[in-house]
Amino acid sequence: MYALPWRANCIRGRGIEFFRGESSMTEPEFGASGIEKRRPLSPHLQIYRPMLTMMMSIAHRITGAALYFGTLLLAWFLIAVSTGGGAYDAATYCLNSIAGKLILFGFTWALFHHLLGGIRHAIWDTGHGLDHPQREWLARATLFGGVVLTVTVWTIAFLVR
Amino acid sequence: MAKSPAPGRPVMSRVRFLGSAKSGTADAWNMRITSVALVPLSIAFVAIVLSLLGKDYAAVRAELGHPLPAILMLLFILSGVFHMKLGMQSIIDDYVHAAQLKEWALIGNLFFSACIGLACIYAVLKLSVT
Repeated sequence: MYALPWRANCIRGRGIEFFRGESSMTEPEFGASGIEKRRPLSPHLQIYRPMLTMMMSIAHRITGAALYFGTLLLAWFLIAVSTGGGAYDAATYCLNSIAGKLILFGFTWALFHHLLGGIRHAIWDTGHGLDHPQREWLARATLFGGVVLTVTVWTIAFLVR
Repeated sequence: MAKSPAPGRPVMSRVRFLGSAKSGTADAWNMRITSVALVPLSIAFVAIVLSLLGKDYAAVRAELGHPLPAILMLLFILSGVFHMKLGMQSIIDDYVHAAQLKEWALIGNLFFSACIGLACIYAVLKLSVT
């Protein structure tokens, strides 16, 4: 529960305070020796100006979580194929509907966005691309590349069928 | 010999000299390995799905039952399910702070991933065998 004392400080007009004030402390975290009361706090998310790299970090998580639940669609489809013609027809009917296509389009985008984001993280893991212009470029490339790959795949999909 | 951890002391002094837990980096490392595997495998997955478009039921069955697509699908499912289990686990670790809810969320994550993985693998194997 860090959000409450932080907000309380802001409302009282004490400005940006990186140390937890005594007045806003409800419970000491490590006992009552008194030393721990002035430990530095990380500034909260709403303090920062939104930046592209930060938004891409959140988008990586959100697309990952979306793909997590999107696997339900894959399981449903595979089970339908292995069950029989009737189940397969029902599944393809749903997936071919406008809502189904929108969900699949979102799934495709999430997959490519997360894939390129993962490659970006792999580059960072080697210690490269962490400087300011490079990381901005990587963030833009991920965003742009994800959209381009999605549109490409769906263009192919509409040409093939 | 390490002194017993004292309550009320900062974290560093409590963990110093206790040695590493040895398994601390396993999840992070497995995340990297599965993500490396998933780069080619997810591209293969998209290619397989694209190749299914416009085909009738018998052709889709035959395609997914063919060894190469089936093996690629199985590899994609295995590494994908492992990867997504670790990913959701770190999301839960980061955002769910209530101890009991967190345990339930972690158990639910494991069950969901296991069910999805087993269902997909069973379906693909059934298509290949029959």
